[in-house]
Order: sequence, then structure tokens, then C-alpha cells
Amino acid sequence: MPFRADVLICMGTSCIENNSFEIRELIQEEIKKHNLEEEIRLVSTGCFGFCDAGPIILVQPDGVFYQRVTEKDIPFLVEEHFLKGRPVKKLMYTPPKEKVPIPKLAEIPFFNQQILIALRNRGLIDPEKIDEYIARDGYAALAKVISSMTAQQVIEEVKASGLRGRGGGGFPTGIKWELCRHAGEERNEVRYVICNADEGDPGAFMDRSIIESDPHSIIEGMIIGAYAIGSHQGYVYIRKEYPIALDRLNTGLEQAREYGLLGDDIFGSGFDFDIEVHRGAGAFVCGESTALMASLEGKAGVPRAKYIHTVEYGLWNKPSCLNNVETWVNIPVIINRGAKWFTRIGTGDVSESPWGGSKGTKVFSLTGKINNTGLVEVPMGITLREIIFNIGGGIKKDKKFKMVQTGGPSGGFLPEELLNLPVDFDSLTKAGSMMGSGGMVVGDEDTCMIDMAKYFVSFLVTESCGKCVPCREGLKRMKEILERISEGEGKEEDIELLEELGFILENGALCGLGKSAANPVLTSIKYFRDEYEVHIREKKCPAGVCKELIEYGIDQEKCNGCTLCARKCPTDAISGEQKQVHTIDTSKCIKCGICYEVCRFDAVYRK
Amino acid sequence: MNKENHSVTQKIVEKWGARKDCLIEVLHDVQEECNYLPREILTEVSEELEVPLSRIFEIATFYKGFSLKPRGRFRIEVCMGTACHVQGADIILEAFERELGIKVGEMDENMDFSLDVVRCVGCCGLAPVVTINRDIYGKFGPGQVSAIIEKYRSIPKKKVDIEKKYKEIKRKMKTENG
Amino acid sequence: MPKIKPEDLAKIKERTRRTLILREGSGRAKVTVHMGTCGIAAGARKIMNTLLRIIEEREIDDIILTTSGCAGLCSHEPMATVEVKGTAPVKYVDLTEKKIEEIFDQHVQKGIIVKEYALGVGSERTE
Repeated sequence: MPFRADVLICMGTSCIENNSFEIRELIQEEIKKHNLEEEIRLVSTGCFGFCDAGPIILVQPDGVFYQRVTEKDIPFLVEEHFLKGRPVKKLMYTPPKEKVPIPKLAEIPFFNQQILIALRNRGLIDPEKIDEYIARDGYAALAKVISSMTAQQVIEEVKASGLRGRGGGGFPTGIKWELCRHAGEERNEVRYVICNADEGDPGAFMDRSIIESDPHSIIEGMIIGAYAIGSHQGYVYIRKEYPIALDRLNTGLEQAREYGLLGDDIFGSGFDFDIEVHRGAGAFVCGESTALMASLEGKAGVPRAKYIHTVEYGLWNKPSCLNNVETWVNIPVIINRGAKWFTRIGTGDVSESPWGGSKGTKVFSLTGKINNTGLVEVPMGITLREIIFNIGGGIKKDKKFKMVQTGGPSGGFLPEELLNLPVDFDSLTKAGSMMGSGGMVVGDEDTCMIDMAKYFVSFLVTESCGKCVPCREGLKRMKEILERISEGEGKEEDIELLEELGFILENGALCGLGKSAANPVLTSIKYFRDEYEVHIREKKCPAGVCKELIEYGIDQEKCNGCTLCARKCPTDAISGEQKQVHTIDTSKCIKCGICYEVCRFDAVYRK
Repeated sequence: MNKENHSVTQKIVEKWGARKDCLIEVLHDVQEECNYLPREILTEVSEELEVPLSRIFEIATFYKGFSLKPRGRFRIEVCMGTACHVQGADIILEAFERELGIKVGEMDENMDFSLDVVRCVGCCGLAPVVTINRDIYGKFGPGQVSAIIEKYRSIPKKKVDIEKKYKEIKRKMKTENG
Repeated sequence: MPKIKPEDLAKIKERTRRTLILREGSGRAKVTVHMGTCGIAAGARKIMNTLLRIIEEREIDDIILTTSGCAGLCSHEPMATVEVKGTAPVKYVDLTEKKIEEIFDQHVQKGIIVKEYALGVGSERTE
């Protein structure tokens, strides 16, 4: 039976100083007394970051926040709240000089459904101060690993946690580490650990944000990984488009070296490890592991077939373990809190094998036509609907939801019918999309699916490395077909042709980029076939996006003659006197969209 | 061979320990110094690193971050990430092309601006996004294009004169190297 | 900085915690400006500069001004967190130079939360 409520007790240092440990014991006794053991669960948590009001107790799912709780409050609290269901007002927090409390972050839907593991320090610490990271239990996991665990124990712990690669592939991290260690031991070779910070998926920016706000968490994760694998050299491959992240990472590395957390004899243990940073140079394909390693070697980032795995023959043909930023930052938490704690979050059962479920949290970047754009970290298994409507606050301007695109250029579009889909590795793949790095771009009624498919194919055409034929040629042909559909020149058989090309790419391309490149097109056909048909048969774009198929006009009712659009129009296509209704001369109009953007009365339309 | 240039190249190559695998990093630094990858410097890099020039050109053309042509003193980059796309990045790009009278990948006559697209700068929450050198502009619209071009155009040229900066660097390197 | 041993972590933690949570630190209040790429794009530097200007002009020495990474809610950048000693931190959103000045006068100086600009109070769950 599931518990009715979770009582979270802060076990941060300062709350412990304020007797939170004794309070926990007392609550436990009282719960026993009222026979509530089956219904109420006690959870010790890390710091809430609100230490002054300690000890702090948070009751979930009610979200009631108690502060400055003393031992004598406990019997009353347990009886009133947990037995009778009446939260105790006098222990709740109200800001000083305020009668009515202003909303707590925990009451704001954007925040209250998030659980922060990877983003645990966001906004709380100064990313350029290693001491602040340490103050939030930073490098404690490394100390634990180095002083009390064998490499094999670390690997077992990560395996037991069920952690799977956050870069999108979803390969179990612990297994990867084990394979890499074995390959190195067998051949008695050096091993490398690599952090993939080449966040290429357009629409995803969690890695940038993690590096910018908490660079040490990556460094710590990598050192632990290196210890487990038996590596002495690590690399971070980071996009050159992220100058701030690069600066902060370099600062972090410098500080870690000064503290002796990198370099020779880490923590005086005899273990040596250091990390070197390499900048990418603007090639999407370098997010693919073999291409990334080629780029690290100073070559063009061209992938190779992966029947020989990089854990055996990777960088410089040595066993190499590549994990994504978000994967690395989960490691210290798993070591600190234990695999068992980690598996409580997420879906499936990983007690037999890490493939059995999706554990922990995933960070998503929520963007597009949505009210609350930003980075959210949610437990695996949450539904798309919860993310988009509860956390994201729904669609901008109350328009109608049309689709959400997950997984970047390798992922797909998911329609309204699939909003109840749980977000985990396996469910998304089954629906034809993928987790990818966690980009979520939401489209509304004004988003054209043909335009979106064309966008991703054009993206991939320019990013294809050109090594294998299906990707190099297939994508170009797909782009041509989509272009003619969007220009009103589509043919009846085009849809089937696209599907056929998609099949060839999926089965014939060499690397992950090529194999998944058709996903956006295939899912757009699968879920929005009617939109293709309208474009082809009626030569219309229902969303008002495809330039060749639409015209701009001014709504006579809404226009109040403010003349702003006429003044901004680059081709003088708009005429009308002040305070008179304006009109657009469609022969002069170049469909630049400026009038649509500048009109404050929504009087300009596209159809 | 120009002795002054040589010191720039040497300095960069030395910074990276003359390692062949750091070729991409070396090229980044060259581009930062010179604003693009001048052929004569690449030839020197080839000699210093003992990497064939053809390999260097392979790298310089494979990666979109490198330019073999000089670029304007202000590099306008319109983000073409997915989030920016759904919010109308393409009409922003068109507006820049129209206002500047150049196409993507080109530079205007006065060497003030060059226009490029970039695949996601990771500010998707503020889409659509335009970056000009290291300045980032979020929630951008085609209606803001002409004003922003004027703003940058009016910045006095000497402040960021690439040619002059390049000469300065060369002079500095020369004095430092005795 | 000397190399550290595992047992030094606790010392650093204790030392730093004070400035992090304002318990025994010298500051009376702490203002954290969220300066990730998003925040900077939305104008976080202006907010920072305004705060620096105020602090310099009025010769204030009991306020800790610090920066941090992205707070996650990009659509409401620029953001800042104000924490007056002994009270919960409050997150302010959609800031402008004018707003931050008002927040500084009211919340930081007088302890009155500027409700209309505030998003919420407290910190997020880190489980």
C-alpha cells in the first residue's frame, strides 16, 4: 500500500544542530502510537536552503511547511495533522510584516513538481566558488569513494541505481563503466573518461545551465567515474557557443587543482587524475560518441560504425567512457545518498538489471509556445501533460496545444492524444520519438507540421557529415520533397516517398544521427497526415506558416488605424489614413511578418 | 615569410604544447586573434604543428565555427534552434538580410557586419535569440532589426577596428618576443 | 591554497555555510542575481550594475551581493533572490533597473517584501 503522506525532515547540518534528529525520533514514536506507520512515511532530506527557520518539516503531498519545530510541539502536531488532517497554523511560515503569506515556491506549480538532483545547486551557490559547492556537500562523495570504496563497489552502486545515460541513448551508466574497466584491464591499457558537453540538440540547454551554475558537480562526477574505471585522464568536450559555461568550467578546474582534488595524489590517496577541456567548433554530429572522439583527436568529426564499441576502442583506440553532463552530475548524489534512495524515484524495476526501468529524474528544457519556459527537473515517469500544463503553465495566449517535440532532430513530434504518455526512455521510443537530451519544444495551432519537418531535415542536411549515402543523399531528397509540399507543389505520392526514404535511413545509415534522422518526418506523417494532405490537395497551410500558401491581411474590425504597421512595412505595402482601417496591397507584400509582429491589437492575420 | 605573423602563430601553437590533437583549439585561437583564418597563418600552423595544410583546410571547412573569409567587426548570428524557429527566427533572418543587403554568410561593404546563422545558443527560454559578438538579445522580433543595426553601426569604428587590432597584436607580440 | 584532505571538507563546509545562509555572517541581507546565459540575455547585468551602483553610492557595507547560475524559469528572467537575515529567501522575477531599486529600498533596507514583483518565497526541493 502506498503511503498517504511523506513527512520530510531536514537533516541539513544546521537543522541537526537544532535537534531535527531528536524530532525525527519523536515523530516516529508518535506515529507508532497512533498506528499510522502504514500511512505516514518519514523521510530525511538534505538541506532545504532555509536554514534559519530550522528545524524544518515539510509534509507532502499537502506541501505544508513547518518551521522552528520544537520537541514539545510534536505530539500535538502528529495528532492534529497526521491523524485528524488539520495542519497546524502556528508552526507554519509567514513572512515578517505580512499578514497573509506570499506564495511559497512549493505552492507554485512550476517549482513544486520538480525534484532537483542534477540541478541541486542551481541558483543557490556561486558557481565560481568551490567552497560554496563544498558547503552543499560537494566532494563528500569523492571523499567517501576514495577513502572507503573499491572501484568495483562504486561500479556496483551505480549499476544498482539504474542510472541510464542522460544524453539520450539511455545506456546504463554502471554497465558502461564496467565494460570500460574490463577492456582496460584485459589489455592493460590506459583508459579515458570523457564528458560530452557538446549540447547540440537545438532546443536543449540543460547542460549549459548545469555547467554555468554548478561546474564542480561535473568535475566530482568525472573523478569518481575515473576512479571506478581506473582512468587518469579525462576530457570535457564543450560547445564553443557556450562562452560563459566554458569560463566557469575552467575556473572550477583551476580551483579543484589548487585543492588537490585534481592532479597527482588526490586527497592524499595515491590516485592521479586530471581533466582537459576541448572546445567544439560547431558541428552537430560531434555529439555522437565516435565523432566526438575523432574531434578530440584533432580530426574532422566523422563517425565510424560502432560494432566495435568505444568502451573498448575509443579515443586514441583506448578504452573510453563517454557520459553526458547530466549523467556525470547524478553520480555524486547517487554515491552520497545511495542507489536505494535513487531507485525510489522513477519508473520500472531495476533490481534485476538497469535496463528494467528509468530511475531518477530528468531535466527538460521547456520551450516554444508555452507560458513558463525554462529548465525543469522532474521524476521519470511523469506525464507529458503534467510537464506542459501543470509545470509549463499551458499554451501561450490560451491557444490550442498541437504537438510537443522531444529529443531534438533525432526525436519526433507527439500529438495531443499522447499527452498522457509517461516520460521515460522506453515509452518515448515506443511512440516513435526519444528522450534525447531532454529538449521539449511545444507547438500550438499556429505551428505547421510540414514546416517543422522541413526545419529538422534542413538542419540535418547541413549537419550530415557526408560519409554514408542514405544520410547524405536521402536527407537532401527529403528536404526537396518537403519544400515542394510547402510551396504548394506537392504530389499525391510524396507522403509514401517520404516514408520509404525514412525507412532506408533508419536501416541503412551508419551512425545514430543518420539512423534517427527521419524520426521528425515519420512522426509528423504518423500523427499529422491530414495536414500533409491539406497542403498537397488544397494547397493551403492551415497554420498560416508556409509563405507560398498564405497571405497577410488586416482585420477590419480590430484595426484602429494606429499607422504603426504602415510605418514599419519595408515595402510600403500598407496604406490607410490615421484612425482609419488599413489595408495590405498583396502585390507589394513580401510576407516579412513585421506588421504581424508590431500590431498591438492582433489585427493582422495570416491565412 | 612575414616574421611578425610568425610570432602570433608560434605563441598560439606553444600555448597548446605544439600538440597535433589540439589543432582545433589552435584554430579557435587564431580565429579569435585574427577574426578569421587567414591562409598565410594556416600555412604557418601547418609547419609548426607538422600537420598537412590539406588536413587543416579539412578541419576549417568541416566545422561551421571557422571562417576562411574575413568577417565584419560585428558578427550577427541569428539563432536557428527549434525554439527560435517556432517563434519565427526565419523572418528575423530575412529582415537582417534585407536591411543589410547581404545574404547569410556574407559581409557588408563597410566591413561592419557579417551575418550568420547559429544552431542554438541555448537561450531557448528567451527565443527568438540573436547574438552580436558577445551580446545576446532575447525575445527578438523583425521590427527591432533596423534599430539594432543602427545602434552598432554608430559605434565608432576605431574602437573595434579589426585591422588595427590585428596590427596591434602583431606589434605587441613582436616586442614581447624581443 | 593548500591541498586538502577528506577531513578538511567539514571545516570548509562550516566556514562557508555561514556566508551561504546568513546565520552568523557579517551581512544583514544577501542579494543573489541569477546570471546564466539566459539571465544575462534578459538583462541581468543591468540589474547587477544597478545594485553595485546603489551599494557604492550609499556606501552600504552590510549587504552581500553575489551571483549564481540560472534559476530555471527563463520566461521570467532576469531574476534575483533577496534573503534578509532571519527570514526566508524571496525570488523576484521580470526585473528592471527600476524594480530592483524599489526592491532594494523596500525589502533589503526596510524588510518589506515587494509583493507585486515577487514570485515566491523559500527554496526548491532538492529531496
